[in-house]
Amino acid sequence: MNAVTEPHRPYYIPNPSPYPVVLSGALFLLGLGAALRVNALTAGWWVLGAGALLAVYVLFAWFGRVIGESRAGVYGLQEDRAFRWGMLWFITSEVVFFASLFGVLFYERNIAVPWLASFNAPHSALAPFSPWPHFTAQWPNGGPAGQGFEVVNPWGIPALNTLLLLSSGVTVTWAHAGLRAGRRTQLKAGLALTIALGVTFLGFQLHEFSEAYRVLGLTLHSGVYGATFFILTGFHGLHVTIGAIMLAAMLARTWRGDFTPENHFAFEAVTWYWHFVDVVWLMLFVFVYWL
Amino acid sequence: MSAANLSSEQSHAQHHDAPPRGITRWLYATNHKDIGVMYLVFGVLMFFVGGLLAELIRSELLTPTMRVLTPEAYNQVITIHGLVMVFAAVMPITTGFANYLIPLMIGAPDMALPRLNNWGFWLLPAAAVLLVLPWGLKLIGIGTGTIDTGWTMYAPLSIQAGPGADFAFVAVLLLGLSSTMASINILVTVAQQRAPGMSWLRLPVFVWSWVITALLLIAVFPALMAGCIMQITDRHFGTHFFSASGGGDPVLWEHIFWFFGHPEVYILLLPTAGLLPHILATFARKPLYGYKAQVYSFCAIGVMSIVVWAHHMFTSGMPTDVNIYFMLSTMAISVPVAVLFFCWFGTIWRGSMTFETPMLFALGYIVLFGIGGLTGLVLSDAAADQQYHNTYFLVAHFHYALFGGPIMGIFAALYYYLPKMTGRMYSEILGRWHFWLTLAAFNLVFMPQFLLGIAGMPRRIPDYALQFAPLNMVSSIGAFALGATQLLFLYNILRTAFGTSGAVASARVWEGSSGLEFTLPSPPPFHTFATPPAID
Ligand SMILES: [Cu+2]
Repeated sequence: MNAVTEPHRPYYIPNPSPYPVVLSGALFLLGLGAALRVNALTAGWWVLGAGALLAVYVLFAWFGRVIGESRAGVYGLQEDRAFRWGMLWFITSEVVFFASLFGVLFYERNIAVPWLASFNAPHSALAPFSPWPHFTAQWPNGGPAGQGFEVVNPWGIPALNTLLLLSSGVTVTWAHAGLRAGRRTQLKAGLALTIALGVTFLGFQLHEFSEAYRVLGLTLHSGVYGATFFILTGFHGLHVTIGAIMLAAMLARTWRGDFTPENHFAFEAVTWYWHFVDVVWLMLFVFVYWL
Repeated sequence: MSAANLSSEQSHAQHHDAPPRGITRWLYATNHKDIGVMYLVFGVLMFFVGGLLAELIRSELLTPTMRVLTPEAYNQVITIHGLVMVFAAVMPITTGFANYLIPLMIGAPDMALPRLNNWGFWLLPAAAVLLVLPWGLKLIGIGTGTIDTGWTMYAPLSIQAGPGADFAFVAVLLLGLSSTMASINILVTVAQQRAPGMSWLRLPVFVWSWVITALLLIAVFPALMAGCIMQITDRHFGTHFFSASGGGDPVLWEHIFWFFGHPEVYILLLPTAGLLPHILATFARKPLYGYKAQVYSFCAIGVMSIVVWAHHMFTSGMPTDVNIYFMLSTMAISVPVAVLFFCWFGTIWRGSMTFETPMLFALGYIVLFGIGGLTGLVLSDAAADQQYHNTYFLVAHFHYALFGGPIMGIFAALYYYLPKMTGRMYSEILGRWHFWLTLAAFNLVFMPQFLLGIAGMPRRIPDYALQFAPLNMVSSIGAFALGATQLLFLYNILRTAFGTSGAVASARVWEGSSGLEFTLPSPPPFHTFATPPAID
C-alpha cells in the first residue's frame, strides 16, 4: 500500500467510464422486459434476455476494471475507506429491505388477520355484515377464501439449513484468519468450504420449495401465509445465491494470486455480506418457520 | 487491462484539466460538476413535463363537464403529474445541487464514488421513460395507457389497474436504486472527503441537510421497493398481501407507502431548507443565526418523520388510539420545523437586506411554505381531517408545502448559484418579474382551492358540481399564468448559460456570500480542490 508512505497523494478520480450508463441501460431493458412479460407479451422474454446478458457483461467489465485498478495500486487508504463505508451503507439499505418484509409478516399476522376475524366476534355489531362469517384468527392463515395447506416442519430441513449457514459463517471467518496470517491454503479451503455449504443450503431450499408445492399444498397462492413465507425465504435465497457467486469470485481471485494480508477489501466486503445473509436466516428460522 | 496501461491513463488524466469533449463527456461522466449539471438539466426538463400535465388537469377543470380529457386519461394525467414532479423533477434537482455543491463546500476533489454517482443519475432517465412509455404503447394498441391510480398507488385499485401499473412499479424500483446509490455516495463523501479542519459542526447547513436527507432515503426507500415487488406479485403471481380474501389487507399498502411517503416530504424539503439559510445570510449580510439549532432540528425532523406516517390514513379506518398517536406525533414535528423558521427570521433580523431574485424567492419560500405548514397542522387533527381529507383543501395544502417549499427553494438556489456555475449573471429584471408573477399566479391557483375544499369539492374527480365553477375558473386561469411565467425562467437560465449578454460574475458573486464554493473562480475549473484547501 502506497498510501501509508505517501499521505498526500491525491484522491483517485477515475477517467470517464462507459459502465454506469450501460448498466443503467441493462436495468432499463430488464425492467421493460419484466413489465412486458408479466402482461403476457412474448417480446418481454427477448428484452429480458438482452437486459440480462448486457448486465452480466457490464458487471464483469466494471468489476474487472476496478480489480485491475486495485492491482495497479491506484487505491490508497482513503479510497479503501470510501469503499468500506459504501459497502456498509449498502448493507444497511438491504437490512431495511428485509426489515420491511418482516414488518409485513408481523402486520399480517398480528394486525390484519385478527382485525378481519374481529368482524365475527360473538357480540360484534358488524357480524351481520361480515363477508366471511366462519373466518377465525389463527396462524398460519391462508385467508377466508383460501384452500388448506400444511406448513414446513421447522425441525427438518430448516433446522439443518440453520446449521449449514451457521457453519458457513465459521468457515468464512476461518478463511479470513488464514488470509490475514498469510496461509493461502487455509484461505482457499475455507472459501471452498463456505461455497459448498452455501450451495448445499440452496439445494435443500429448492427441495423444500418443491415439497411445499407438491406435497404440502403450500404455494404463492396460499393466502398471507404463503405470500409472506415465499417472499421472505425467496429473497433470502436470492441473496444466498448472490453471496455464493461473490464468494466464488473471491476464490477465483485468490487462485490468481490477488489479496495480501493487509489489502483485501473485496474479500472483507463479501464476508460482511455473507454474515448479513446469515443473520437474516436466523430471523427467518425463528419468525417464519418456528414461532 | 494491464497495470502499465492503467497507470499511464491515470497520469494522462492528471496532466490536463480540460473536460473531455463530445457526448461521452456526459454519458461517461465521472466529474461531480458534470453529473450535478445533468441532474439539474434533467430535473428542470421534467419540471416542465410535469407542469404541462398540470396545465392539462387545469384545462379539464376550467369549466364543469368533460371537455379536454376522458375520465381515464384524466386519472392517468394526475398520477403521472404527481410521480414526475416528486421523483423526476424535485428529487433530481436537489440531488444535482448535492453533487455540484457538496464537494465544493467541504473542500473535496470530487464525490467519493464517481462511477457510482454516474450510475445513479442514468437510472433516472431510464425510470422516467418506463413511467410514460405505456402512453406510447397505447398508441400502437398495447395496454390502456399509464398507471391511473393516483401517485399513491393504493391497493386494491392498483391490483386491478392496467399494464401501466407494472411499468410504474418497475420505474419506482429503478428510482429507489438511483436514490439509494446517490445517498450512499453523499454519506461516504461527507464522512470521508472533508478537507482537514472541516469538522462535522463546521459543515455548511446545506451539507447537513443532505446528510439527514440521505439517511432518510436509505431508511425508507427500500421499504417502498419491497412494497412495489409485493404489488407486482399480487397482480401477477397470485399472492394476497393486499387482499382480504387471502387474509391480507389493502391498508398494509397504505402503511408501506406512507412509511416511505411521509419522510419523502422531508426528503423533498430538507435540501432546500438547507440552502435557504445560505441565501438569507448572504442578502442580509449577516452570519446565519442558530447554526446548531438548525442542525439539531434537521436531526429531530429526520427521526420524527419516520414515526408519523399514518396521518395520511385517518380516513382509512384505523383504531382511534392509533389515530390519536399519529395526530399527536404529527403535531409534535411542527416544533423542530418552527425552530427552523425562527432561525431564518433570526438570520434576516436587522440585516441590511437587499432583494435580489434569490432573496425574493427565499422570502417567498418562508411565506408560502409557512401557509403549507400551518394548513398541515389543520389536517393533522384526526377529527378535522375526516372533513378535509378527500377535498381540495388537501390539494391546496400540499401544493403550498411542496411548491411553496422545495420549488420556491429550487428557484432561489438556481438564481443564487447560476452565476457561480456559468460565470455570468442572469437578468435581474427578468428574475424579479419571474418571482412576482410566480407568487401572484401561484396564489391565484391554490388559494381558491382552500375555499373549494372547505365548500366540499372532492379531489381526484375530473368533473364537479356547478357551484364550484367560478373558483375553478379562477384557479385554472392562475395555472395558465403560472405556466406561462415559467417560460420567463427558462429563457433567463438559457440566456445565462449559453448567451454572452450577462455581466461577468466574480468569484464571490454576491457581496455578502461566504463559503468555500465562493473562493473558487466562476465558473469553477473542471477539477477543484485536488489538494485540500486550508480551513481557517
Ligand atoms: Cu405526511
